[in-house]
Amino acid sequence: MDIEELAENFELLDDWEDKYRYIIDLGEKLPPLPAEFHTDEWKVQGCQSQVWLVPEKQGDKLFFKGDSDAIIVKGIIAIVLMIFSGHTAQEIKSVNIEEIFNRLNLREHLSPSRRNGLAAMTEKILHYANVL
Amino acid sequence: MFDVYEIRKQFPVLARLINGKPNTFLDTGASAQKPRCVIDKMLKVYSEDYANVHRGSYLLSEEITLEYEKARKIVQKFINAKSDKEIVFTRNATESINLVAAAWGRKFLKKGDEVLISEAEHHANLIPWQQVRDETGCTLKIFKIADDGSFVWDEYAKLLSEKTKLVAVTAMSNVLGTIFPIKKMAQAAHNVGALILTDACQFAVHHQIDVQDMDCDFLAFSGHKTYGPSGIGVLYGKYDILEKMPPYQCGGDMVDHVSYEKTTFAEPPARFEAGTPAIVQAIGLGEALNFMMNLGLDNITAHEKELTKYATEKLSEIDGLVQIGTAKDKGGVFSFVLKGVHPQDMAFILDKEGVALRVGHHCAEPLVHRMGYESVARATLGLYNTKEDIDRLVKAIEKAKTFF
Repeated sequence: MDIEELAENFELLDDWEDKYRYIIDLGEKLPPLPAEFHTDEWKVQGCQSQVWLVPEKQGDKLFFKGDSDAIIVKGIIAIVLMIFSGHTAQEIKSVNIEEIFNRLNLREHLSPSRRNGLAAMTEKILHYANVL
Repeated sequence: MFDVYEIRKQFPVLARLINGKPNTFLDTGASAQKPRCVIDKMLKVYSEDYANVHRGSYLLSEEITLEYEKARKIVQKFINAKSDKEIVFTRNATESINLVAAAWGRKFLKKGDEVLISEAEHHANLIPWQQVRDETGCTLKIFKIADDGSFVWDEYAKLLSEKTKLVAVTAMSNVLGTIFPIKKMAQAAHNVGALILTDACQFAVHHQIDVQDMDCDFLAFSGHKTYGPSGIGVLYGKYDILEKMPPYQCGGDMVDHVSYEKTTFAEPPARFEAGTPAIVQAIGLGEALNFMMNLGLDNITAHEKELTKYATEKLSEIDGLVQIGTAKDKGGVFSFVLKGVHPQDMAFILDKEGVALRVGHHCAEPLVHRMGYESVARATLGLYNTKEDIDRLVKAIEKAKTFF
């Protein structure tokens, strides 16, 4: 599924409850990160839940795996990965993540004040796009 | 009479709908909402009375200096200090404790001395002492609490010795709600020649404080938790102790005489208030403490005690909910987890239902780990909370359960 399909699916959902159930579903479908990556090395700074992010470069494309101990956060990670994973550094840098999250009505989850690690996670993805 | 429904009307933000739902504000332990009188007072000072304090030779400055010093007297009354010279205005309780650690700790602690704290401290009453330990070579001792969060006298007494120079302890845990017997602890500390510092951040929101009766040497609390503005905090210190302490920061307003060669410092509290203080915030704090005293601290305590009992019962009826911190002597702080549900996930749903609470380690990471968790949800009471707030919390938790 790409982000356009996701946006279309979101539009079919009536209220926040259905949307959260859908996000939880995305979280449950996201393959868990192998236990060996659940270490501080791959941890993204967050306060309220734990978030892990692992990058991998194949050719000129960057792939990401992510995980969280909170399932809604994990569902949102699935969306973030849908946006960024499998793209070149140039493509990653040109993404307007805020605009996409606004469209999905999920802006609040990117707010640094939530300290759920998602804002830090997108920053880290951009960092990898610059250095890998 | 304490009519909570009438009192609520004085807090404008409580009337605001949150995500279309009634504002169920259960995060007073992080920061309290402000009553209209505090907002109005600060607005008036900024609109009509503002100038700098302690400096100007004109009417506005003279008037506002009186207001600022009046706020100090209100704090003195609020905690029953002997003198208003024992009240130092700071930014918040964190700064108050750091001030003691930096000014008193660095001067008086040395290798072989011990600072004794509890397992239940907020980071603000742990990290400053770790820093002082690293700088002075003194030892930091930590006494244990029980698994249910209770204070255990023997654990405390066991670590108290002639080596103890300072006991730094919370009066009420921000995670467990446990109330510590400060008066008795102070006696024991003084018996071995130690001083006692009390972190009263949570305690001050709910209880009458009498520093003379408790006989604590230092006491810290934050204005923003006692229904006042952010940016203002209080350090109480016995005058003869404050007098021996060197300045914490240096600059204007804290000096006696200055030449290029030498400076002599002002007496406390001015010695510890370098630079232009948080003038309007101090005045706002005075208004907030008057608001609490007019309601009656005993009335506030009684209202919250009843609500604490109600909330404890209601929460214990929720299947799969585990309460963390169930000491007999506890106040309106409810930390909990739902089996199989991450607190962060639960908080997402609660937020949509208009319920505000905090999740995480609550700036007490070692304590939350010690209780066996990475992250917990925490609901805290303020004087404006009602049984309906608790009912809405319970309903929202039950709803959250249907998602996971």
